[in-house]
Amino acid sequence: MKYIEEYRDADLTNKLLKELGNVITRDWTLMEVCGGQTHSIIKSGLDQLLPKEINLVHGPGCPVCVTPLELIDKAIALASRKDVIFTSFGDMLRVPGSSRDLLSVKAAGGDVRILYSPLDSLKIAQENPDKTIVFFGIGFETTAPPNAMAVVQAKAQGINNFAMLVSHVIVPAAITALMESPDVMVDGFLAAGHVCAVMGYWEYEKLAEKYKIPIVITGFEPVDVVHGILKCIRQLENNEYKAENAYARSVVREGNPHAQAIINRVFELCDRTWRGIGVIPQSGYRLRQEYADFDAELRFPEIQSIDTKESQLCISGLVLQGRKKPHECSAFGKECTPQTPLGATMVSTEGACAAYYRYGRYSNK
Amino acid sequence: MTDKPNIAAWTCPRPLQNYPTIVLGHGSGGKMMDDLIKHLFSPAFDNDLLAQLNDSTAIDLTDIFKAIPSNRLAFTTDSFVVSPLIFPGGNIGELAIFGTINDLAMSGAKPLFLSAGFILEEGLPMETLGLIVNSMAAACKLSGVKIATGDTKVVNRGHGDGLYINTTGIGIIPEGINISAKYAKPGDAIIINGSVGDHGMAIMSVRSGLEFETTITSDTAPLNSLVDLILDITNEIHCLRDATRGGLAAVLNELAAASIVGIEFDEKAVPILPEVNAACEMLGLDPFYIANEGKMVVVLPENKAEEVVSAMRKHPLGKNATIIGNVVENHPGLVTARTSIGGMRVVDLPAGELLPRIC
Repeated sequence: MKYIEEYRDADLTNKLLKELGNVITRDWTLMEVCGGQTHSIIKSGLDQLLPKEINLVHGPGCPVCVTPLELIDKAIALASRKDVIFTSFGDMLRVPGSSRDLLSVKAAGGDVRILYSPLDSLKIAQENPDKTIVFFGIGFETTAPPNAMAVVQAKAQGINNFAMLVSHVIVPAAITALMESPDVMVDGFLAAGHVCAVMGYWEYEKLAEKYKIPIVITGFEPVDVVHGILKCIRQLENNEYKAENAYARSVVREGNPHAQAIINRVFELCDRTWRGIGVIPQSGYRLRQEYADFDAELRFPEIQSIDTKESQLCISGLVLQGRKKPHECSAFGKECTPQTPLGATMVSTEGACAAYYRYGRYSNK
Repeated sequence: MTDKPNIAAWTCPRPLQNYPTIVLGHGSGGKMMDDLIKHLFSPAFDNDLLAQLNDSTAIDLTDIFKAIPSNRLAFTTDSFVVSPLIFPGGNIGELAIFGTINDLAMSGAKPLFLSAGFILEEGLPMETLGLIVNSMAAACKLSGVKIATGDTKVVNRGHGDGLYINTTGIGIIPEGINISAKYAKPGDAIIINGSVGDHGMAIMSVRSGLEFETTITSDTAPLNSLVDLILDITNEIHCLRDATRGGLAAVLNELAAASIVGIEFDEKAVPILPEVNAACEMLGLDPFYIANEGKMVVVLPENKAEEVVSAMRKHPLGKNATIIGNVVENHPGLVTARTSIGGMRVVDLPAGELLPRIC
């Protein structure tokens, strides 16, 4: 497949790995921010091919994983209502709330539907005028533009039986939180290429400067990941720290102005709770006042009181901060498997725990 | 309906096309049901066994056992609930015939007789039913099996998804053939007969309204003639499995677990159509987990593998047959894959329903 197979090429990967081996002189800890990268690293077996000096830790960039339990429980409460059709991206359906998941709500008679685009919710809303269609608006800056577009379109077309349960989060705030945390020992970041395709990377320049840490904008295929790692290690070995683009085929410094404009039109910054981490100030989006009519939490005020706390056994917070590896959890592969997930990191295929479970058990033995 | 129904005319049956849809009366056991059988099912599935029209069908096995020495039956059942009923490359009826034939063939059996049970939903267009039944008949003819008995029920509108079909199949396993998921041995080669993921992605792209530049078509096909061809070369086939739900990954995991062996395969060796690969990439799905309806895994001693593969390639359903990996002593119960960049990964059983990733 064009633009994919070329970046899964063994020769090119090995060439970059060899160069990496020549450059590196000591141990370095890098965090790949995005779950998509974690997935790719483990799925391609890249973790076994990297120089042993490189310690990769897996960051909080899986939107499914960081969505707080409380929001999942709110989603479940809404999806259980007879007057609601609940729509969501697929992998949110299996994330456990405090007692069940959206798939079991569906089995119990709730109308829960998987969508590929949030805009499909509007079509469903027009076809079902007697129901309220609630879309689970989660994700990073990548899903924010289409989600914002759905709200703009709903307003423009007067589709009032549509609402969104919003739990958007943003990457730079997470990097800041990690850097401010005294326990996080990360020497460099691989930033998420697709997030930067939307937002650009000028914000990361400030972060790199402030925390004196290399941040390399990195893609998702094995060649992309090794390329990002190589650039990051070069900076570290040369005692440099800057935001650098290793994903130039998709990312420019300023990002996509149209996508940013629609995000800013619909959303504003707010404090958000991250599952397993806690509240990070100004780390997410909520709907602006002009679009408050489409806020599911205002439309159904009774769900506002839902305030769930998390499992004691699950260390997904530490995993998401890169302080623990998935297999260092006592429940990993025992109480907690993709069939019986205790935390969201075991649910999404992007979740670090699921990726380790699915692909990595061989090498961890 | 154009004509005013003339009740008297039903004793001299009128063409069924006059009913635009299935109604509850078609399952009532009365004249309407009789009409359905006489005008649709019987002419389509026409054979001496079905013509007995008894509560159960009596089958004389003398000639069959004379032709194929055997003392073992293969017996299997499967229910088909696919939605949409008609999809690119096939329909639920064809699937119901080929699916059960393939299950029989995977024991090395010669498929002989099928039953067909229909659960029809009130309101199902007669035209759709006609199309599906006729393609089931064509599927039977193609694969040389007879529908020996059948049943029809009608459920209220809203209680079914148009049409469900159950088929049960009986075949005979010729002497000297011993195929089981338990018989994989370290050193065995693993063959697949062609590209994986076609059926699942054909269904998923229709269901989700995804549009690609080319249509992905289902690989629905009867594998019995391909199995015959393989068994003509050698009886030393250890395992056969059709890679339906759960795809290639599920089958390899089942074999590894049942035989208590490890399995290693090479990702790059597994044929995947570019359009299927593209659709999987777009939805964040792994083609190894996507369903097939005309693909099978063959496990056999390595020294027979090349000969079998080159023979399979001469068959229309084995044109892209290839060796994808080996059975190993290491990591019993675990399936691993060599990745495109030369790493190794575990290919686990799918956890549940495949859920498209968010981004």
